[in-house]
Amino acid sequence: MKDAENVQLAEALAPIRDMVKACIQCGTCSASCPNAFAMADTPRRLWRMLQAGEVQMVLKSGSFTLCSACYTCTLRCPRGLPLTDAMSALKQVVAHQDALRFASTTLFYRKFMESVRRHGRVRETEFMCLYLTAMKNPLLPFQFAPLGLKLFSRKKLDFRPPSKGGDARMDALFQKVHELENAP
Amino acid sequence: MKYLYYPGCSLEGTSREYDISTRSVLKALDVELTEIPDWTCCGASAAASVSALLSLALPARNIAAAEAVSDVNDILAPCSACYLNLKRAEEEARHGAEMLPRLNAVFESEGLKMTGRMRVRHLLDVLSQDIGADRIRRNVSHPLSGKRVAPYYGCQCLRPYRVFDNPEKPVSMNALIEATGAQVFPWHMGAACCGASHMNTHAAVGTSLVTAILKAARGADAIVTVCPMCHMNLEAYQDKISQNCHDNLRIPVVYLSQLLGMALGLSETDIRLDMNLSEAAVFSAGSSIVAVR
Ligand code: SF4
Ligand code: SF4
Repeated sequence: MKDAENVQLAEALAPIRDMVKACIQCGTCSASCPNAFAMADTPRRLWRMLQAGEVQMVLKSGSFTLCSACYTCTLRCPRGLPLTDAMSALKQVVAHQDALRFASTTLFYRKFMESVRRHGRVRETEFMCLYLTAMKNPLLPFQFAPLGLKLFSRKKLDFRPPSKGGDARMDALFQKVHELENAP
Repeated sequence: MKYLYYPGCSLEGTSREYDISTRSVLKALDVELTEIPDWTCCGASAAASVSALLSLALPARNIAAAEAVSDVNDILAPCSACYLNLKRAEEEARHGAEMLPRLNAVFESEGLKMTGRMRVRHLLDVLSQDIGADRIRRNVSHPLSGKRVAPYYGCQCLRPYRVFDNPEKPVSMNALIEATGAQVFPWHMGAACCGASHMNTHAAVGTSLVTAILKAARGADAIVTVCPMCHMNLEAYQDKISQNCHDNLRIPVVYLSQLLGMALGLSETDIRLDMNLSEAAVFSAGSSIVAVR
């Protein structure tokens, strides 16, 4: 079971491993990263793990969820590697693995997309409701309460039903993307 | 000058003042905007984490919708996140031979088609390169003399695509700020990262990035932004951050379009400083415009 899981994970990470194959471990990316201070494993170390095929280690680390896509590393890497894309690809793998540990990051994004699929545009209020419900963390709404109150006092929260209606207008597009991505 | 306008979801929601002031300023400068009809979400930072094709198909759909409108070739996007998503779709369709047909397959049922002729432009690009500081200066009726303004670019209008400015040491806002009569506040945080959606997913990390920016802005009269996400991060948490630091780090944060609007003498209904979460009214006090709360 464990082995099968590993093989599957290694397969999913293979294209990302290719992206950083030419890394010479100079550390420029880590030194440039505004989030490195909070990462258990800096970007350079993540690339090393990928190169070494330590797939479980990469996933367990989860440091890639701290990438805020500032593109500084991509700009500065002496090998010209697409590092921000690699970070984003790691987040995608996690989204598909649906790992519970990364619930807050993946759910945030998934709920966002749900809102887009329904309305074509994002309804911020609905999106936060979906997100907070899905997190099932009774304390979480309080974390957002001060901001919510501020936005409310500036009449920036919109509680009306969405203008475009919940007509699932983007279904065809989402469906087609799914088909194309899963085509053999 | 004509552009197809892509406001994006934030400008319809929490940053309506950016939309309102952008339209007003461009109108005052004789720029004609046509909103892309029935535009949809660009995918924000979420689509890329869910599916690679979706993250291109969502912005590309809007480029195709823009192509259907007229023979204008430029799309103007004020939101940096939207700009980058649309730009990436433009670039991928141009350079990846297989991508264009793949994207067209996604939205062909809607009768939309992308040929690749559109250029995606950020508002700052259009203001600094097409319109230019000189034209703005000639239209200034209420100079912001004596104000010290810190230009904040953030990431996505600068990187990874080098389009109109130096991606690490940007300068394009300097001439625009000086054109208003204000001074550029010298600082090193203009191209720093505000943490993007960290404030929602990793609050402590996002907070420390924003704190560093607010601390560096001490001494300026305002921070000027060109992105709704940066703007929200910089202004919405000032109270909490000030409490945490036992220090007053509150500072007005205004959109570049609002700053220009003030100098052009536009009315409060044209720039809506009253909608900002930070004390934008403090910044405008003494100039002709006083935000009404
Ligand atoms: S900057 Fe590039 S080459 Fe250097 S460690 Fe990072 S990925 Fe490797
Ligand atoms: S793009 Fe991500 S990994 Fe690279 S420097 Fe920025 S935050 Fe760090």
